[in-house]
Amino acid sequence: MIKHPHTVTFTLNGELKTFITRPDEKLLDLLRREGYKGTKYGCGQGTCGACTVLMDGRAVYACLLFAMQAENRNVRTIESVGTHEKPSEFQQELIDGAAVQCGFCIPGMIMSAEALMQAEEVYPDDIVREYMDGNLCRCTGYEKIWGALRRVLDRREAAGPKTK
Amino acid sequence: MSLEQTKNFKQVNHSVRKVDAVQLALGKPSYVADFAPRDALIVKMLWSPHPHAKIVSVDVSAAEKMPGVKAVLWHGNVPRIAHCTAGQGFPEPSPYDTFMFDVKVRFVGDRVAAVAAETEEQAKAALAKIKVVYEKLTPVFSIDEAMADGAPIIHDEPEAHVPIPIPYEPKKNLVARVGCEAGDFEKGMQEADFTFDDTYETPYAQHCPIEPYVSLAQIDSAGRIVITTSTQVPFHCRRIVAQTLGIPVQKIRVIKPRIGGGFGSKQEILLEDVVAMFALRTGRPCFWQFTREENFRTGRTRHPIRVRIRTGIKKDGTITAIGMDCWNNTGAYGGHGLTVVSCCGSKVLPLYRCENIHFLGKVYYTNLPVGGAYRGFGATQAFFAMESTMDKMAEAIGMDPLKLRQLNHIKSGEGSPVFAALGEGKEGVPMTVGSCALGECITKGAAEIGWQNRADWRTKTGRYRRGLGMACLMQGSSIPHIDMGGASIKMNEDGSFNLLVGATDLGTGSDTVLAQIAAEELATTTDKMIVYSSDTDMTPFDVGAYASSTTYLSGEAARKAAADAKRQILHTGAEMLNLPEDQVVCKDAHVQSKDGQHKVSYGDISCYSLYSKNQYQIIGTASHVTHKSPPPFAAHFAEIEVDTWTGIVKVLKYVSTIDCGTAINPALCEGQTEGGTLNGISYALTEQYLFKNGRMTNASFTDYHIFSMRDRAPIKAILVPSYEDTGPFGAKSVSEICINGPAPVFGNAIYNATGARLNEFPFTPEKVLEAIRAVKQ
Repeated sequence: MIKHPHTVTFTLNGELKTFITRPDEKLLDLLRREGYKGTKYGCGQGTCGACTVLMDGRAVYACLLFAMQAENRNVRTIESVGTHEKPSEFQQELIDGAAVQCGFCIPGMIMSAEALMQAEEVYPDDIVREYMDGNLCRCTGYEKIWGALRRVLDRREAAGPKTK
Repeated sequence: MSLEQTKNFKQVNHSVRKVDAVQLALGKPSYVADFAPRDALIVKMLWSPHPHAKIVSVDVSAAEKMPGVKAVLWHGNVPRIAHCTAGQGFPEPSPYDTFMFDVKVRFVGDRVAAVAAETEEQAKAALAKIKVVYEKLTPVFSIDEAMADGAPIIHDEPEAHVPIPIPYEPKKNLVARVGCEAGDFEKGMQEADFTFDDTYETPYAQHCPIEPYVSLAQIDSAGRIVITTSTQVPFHCRRIVAQTLGIPVQKIRVIKPRIGGGFGSKQEILLEDVVAMFALRTGRPCFWQFTREENFRTGRTRHPIRVRIRTGIKKDGTITAIGMDCWNNTGAYGGHGLTVVSCCGSKVLPLYRCENIHFLGKVYYTNLPVGGAYRGFGATQAFFAMESTMDKMAEAIGMDPLKLRQLNHIKSGEGSPVFAALGEGKEGVPMTVGSCALGECITKGAAEIGWQNRADWRTKTGRYRRGLGMACLMQGSSIPHIDMGGASIKMNEDGSFNLLVGATDLGTGSDTVLAQIAAEELATTTDKMIVYSSDTDMTPFDVGAYASSTTYLSGEAARKAAADAKRQILHTGAEMLNLPEDQVVCKDAHVQSKDGQHKVSYGDISCYSLYSKNQYQIIGTASHVTHKSPPPFAAHFAEIEVDTWTGIVKVLKYVSTIDCGTAINPALCEGQTEGGTLNGISYALTEQYLFKNGRMTNASFTDYHIFSMRDRAPIKAILVPSYEDTGPFGAKSVSEICINGPAPVFGNAIYNATGARLNEFPFTPEKVLEAIRAVKQ
């Protein structure tokens, strides 16, 4: 019955898309109803990080942002990272390193790590902790997630500065 | 079998990849909320704002007329059937004191009325239109108030009862009483050179799985209710929903998809009855997900317990008496009240040899949030008292606390009168300890932390003071003669197998562990297992994921089912090879002659059995009931630094050793140990419920802090192998024990750093500072 539906247009995982929305709809809710189920609801208060997505390369809480705030932005979700055939480097380390327990926090962790790797050239522990601190995990004690991430970052550092 | 032979294992005792790791890392739809159809109605609940009140009237007429509203439920339009929300063995050792909706509210966050509407906004708007008149009653906010003469009666409904014969006196707010005596406690106290009498308190806490409670109910084409839910107990869920709605079990199918963590919180039926009732009323899919705030307020919690511990010790380190009195605050409803307090005794007292034991546990209702199962389950609370006391006793007799533990801890071949005396709602099962590597846990942990450098607190000066602390722990593995798990395994043309188990993987990795066990038994590889678990229509029964039971109990069911299938494979393989059955063996996914000259692959055997000759489905099935509950053992150590100006406790290093028998999947066992330990560290240092008039004032991750990546303490998990003859390939349990350590370890370490002994936690800076100041005076 909505006569003048609001729309929002943004780049989602590399494709320009337009969605009907409401001014009060959260980005998380829009993403999930449109089938991007990898982005999770954990708290709705911007405190657990299960809904982390990238907006113009920065990790943001999709549960706090209104969908319309994504207008003209570049949004990336976990669905843009890795496939069954070729998981991303971090995903592979998480899988091989037994770092995925219940897995509910993992997509958010991966998106925060993506933001870290996009933005930084070197990865000292305190910087890494800063990027990852917004993603809570209750299963792992972070040990194996940290180890998996550290292995990826150490390899990247050893490979030298980014070429792109 | 012995420890030596574990070297020959090809699937178990190897860190194979978790079977669901890839799909979860890719973020593929896996959890309950991911399966909610777009046309699902959204359920919202009106919660009680009062800790204790009679509902005088409820008027839902305006709410029912609100846009998008499809149904409203309240006590006036649902069956009134007393039940227990705790998913336990049946009949439950917990009171039937809960109704789908009641005429009374008993805590802030109790159910009043629910709405199902097209959208969440519409559901919320409708809730605001429900008119409720309450008559406020005097609330009960502590065990002391609950026990007092003339205390307000929280459960005055006539239906309240326990379905088994155990003490239950709701008119006195008494939920349960359990005790045991061995030897002569008073005599033991008299024989001691030193006696101790201290009281310890443990706080409320929430499990905080990152996935909140969430359930979805749909009516399928045949008219049955399909409940997809985040549960640790799918089969108990089916039974309890059937009971609560007054419909046959046959009408319900419960599916557990991937679960975003549980830790005990989801051993409870808190949403499923409501979504099922709404689905029946509306014919529509109905979806209900708790907010984080609801998860804190209405979700289950760790029972706060007061433990008075009295002990006697001789100068030579002989413990002459241990007496433990526990008062358990179960909150507004009594599920798990008795069993948690029983475990205060049964999972703690046997750890140290002592002839004279007294144990008494009492459980009381209050108008506070409801206690439930939480990893550690009573042992967490009582070990804080026990292990603090061990350090006090050691100091009194001038002995290294490590040595006192070495001197007294239970060893292989030894029993305890407590095993037989304390069960879960009935007497326990007599047991002698089989595998026990606690001695090695202690020495390995001590070496790792540098225990030899431990110095008396009186030698320490300066603002920052370091301290070392330790604790020894045990738990159980399953509930003997009560828990049952079933498994079946079916062979496919390519030599793959469908492993169907009732056991419930809630993120622990049990699907993987059970697949490894089945693969080991079948002499194939874990990647040949297609695991499907916890679907009441499709898999055999299992009690579910609790009591540290899955690997030990359900693992043995999986092993026996695999052995059953293996017999069939050998039979058909022998037929194909024209050899007698006793001349063939299973090896590397083949049946072969003993000399290996003749062989046939599992794939060919399956094809033959399905399509060629003497056809039948190769399918094995088995159930398992345990006859003992072999304890895993652990020794925990930590080095901390206390800032004596601020009271801030910093964890420098934490060492978490564990003897879980054969580690079926060592990496997953480490993960369990690291995760449970950090949860325990977070509980010991920061987590607690704060209340104002019974209302939790810190119901968010902002105000209820759980440890993050930055707070993370460096944890070193050390698996110390032993071989438990009664478990699958030597395995015991791993999941719960690790959470019990940090509170006593830090309590002891703070004492070792500063001389301040804290009898309650979390060890917040304020509390630590106050205790330090008390030492100085």
